[in-house]
Amino acid sequence: MCGIAGIIYRDGQHPVGAEMTRMLQSMKHRGPDSTGYALYGAPENGSLVMRYKLADANTPRDFGFSERLRLHRREVEARLARLGAQVNDVEEETPYAFRVSFEYEGDLKLLADLVEDIPEAEVLSLGRSLEIVKDIGDAETVGAQYGLDGFNGTHAIGHVRMATESEVDIAGAHPYWAYPFSDVAVVHNGQLTNYFMWRRRLERSGHRFMSECDSEIIAVYLAEKMGEGDTLEEAMHRSLDDLDGVFTYIAVTDDALGVAKDELAAKPLVLYESEELTAVASEEIAIRQIVEHEIETYDPFEREVLVWKR
Amino acid sequence: MSGISYDARGLAEPNAEAPGTATIDADGVATFDAKDLTTRLINLELRRLIYEEGVTDVVVQNPQARHSLGVGILARCRITFEGSLGYFGCGLIDGPEIHIKGRVGWSSCENMMSGVVVVDSNAGSLTGAAMRGGDLVIRGRVGARTGIDQKGGTIIVCGDAGSMNGFMMQRGRQIFLGNVGPGLGDSMYDGTIYVGGTVKSLGIDCVPGEWTDADTEFIERKFRIYELGTPPELQKFVCGKVLYNYDSLEPSEKKLVI
Repeated sequence: MCGIAGIIYRDGQHPVGAEMTRMLQSMKHRGPDSTGYALYGAPENGSLVMRYKLADANTPRDFGFSERLRLHRREVEARLARLGAQVNDVEEETPYAFRVSFEYEGDLKLLADLVEDIPEAEVLSLGRSLEIVKDIGDAETVGAQYGLDGFNGTHAIGHVRMATESEVDIAGAHPYWAYPFSDVAVVHNGQLTNYFMWRRRLERSGHRFMSECDSEIIAVYLAEKMGEGDTLEEAMHRSLDDLDGVFTYIAVTDDALGVAKDELAAKPLVLYESEELTAVASEEIAIRQIVEHEIETYDPFEREVLVWKR
Repeated sequence: MSGISYDARGLAEPNAEAPGTATIDADGVATFDAKDLTTRLINLELRRLIYEEGVTDVVVQNPQARHSLGVGILARCRITFEGSLGYFGCGLIDGPEIHIKGRVGWSSCENMMSGVVVVDSNAGSLTGAAMRGGDLVIRGRVGARTGIDQKGGTIIVCGDAGSMNGFMMQRGRQIFLGNVGPGLGDSMYDGTIYVGGTVKSLGIDCVPGEWTDADTEFIERKFRIYELGTPPELQKFVCGKVLYNYDSLEPSEKKLVI
């Protein structure tokens, strides 16, 4: 089933971390397996933020586990230093997931590839404002674990997952970062039936896959099309014909939030627009968590692509 | 009640009782605020008022888009929701006249047997699914697959509608005053669909029908009852019956449309 939510403000910074937690928690019944956030904060003087993990939440904790984590973490920092990145700050929210902010002018794909070359390492997000946080558990658990209540930003998307076709772990959790595009992320509700066809096709053109989850295709697909010169909106329109199955997905960039619905309108989405914000969610109760007054909402139709700028 | 109780039905609130917070005014209208009540408590309070107190007019304030409100009410009464409902609202009802002063989510009025539901704003997909009788009026727009598997009754939509409306409908009538999406009346068995706006495409075995005086009478009557003004020019669509594989219909299948 899965639940998705998105929120974009047109009037500056808001506590999107805490608001997204409330939205996702209200949809816990749609997916209690894992929760994920893609949050867009204020860039810290132009520095980059990378979220990465060195193990999954349920990787077996054998005797060498902590030692491997320590070594791999040191290796990440060494490789960043070798590329000429100046690390400002490293936060360790769990023993296996880290947030590092740094100054760097070079090629981001090269940097991400070098980090992911380290065993078990996965770059969850990389960009000047995007931060992806995902872990096993409901929104309140993950939000508290990663201290998201204090996160201020302009827009955010989130996902509660009921796993249907791949494992319950962080690799299978949404949102997916559109590697190697900084600041692009996707959450998805549905099933894609031409997953393997697109996976083989995209792998041949050099994209990397970190999970067995069909939703990862959308992020990689958008990255491929945007790499060919499409805007986000054009790539999303194209996806309606290329992706097969049932889907409603939300894609975000550093300044826009877009939703796309499949041909059958098989997965729900409720939409609320006002002067200062646009909020979308699988269920209206999620939007009610952040808007106090009585609201007017509607459902987009089949094959609709809508994009809002902040 | 204290401690953890085991409940084989898996209910989140196994021993919930109606909160009894409603106030009944001199005209016999019961009103209660749903803001701080759970879905189950709201429904228990509704049931208490209608079945135990014998109230025939209930106003529910602040439903706040909660799911599954007002389901399974099997009595003649009037219920007003002063706000929006979530999914599965007013499903399985038989008898009540319900006014929703907001919108409804997916699958509202599913399997409705009789009565009237008027929704002031929009509705989600699968509105009036498997409906068997009564009138369902949506003043806003609806999503996809309205009246899927409909077996009776009338659905009136004043705004635009999504795809595959009237999918597999077997009886009953649907009136769309706005534009409708692709696949209208796909695989319908019987029944009638009227459309005021444009039709993106017809589904398999849905064909234009011949307009009769009975259609005019029916449309005018429904427009009069729900104060929808003068009826616009409508197109009529029925089943082409080319998908039928029966040699001869059963006597019960030959019954006229309800």
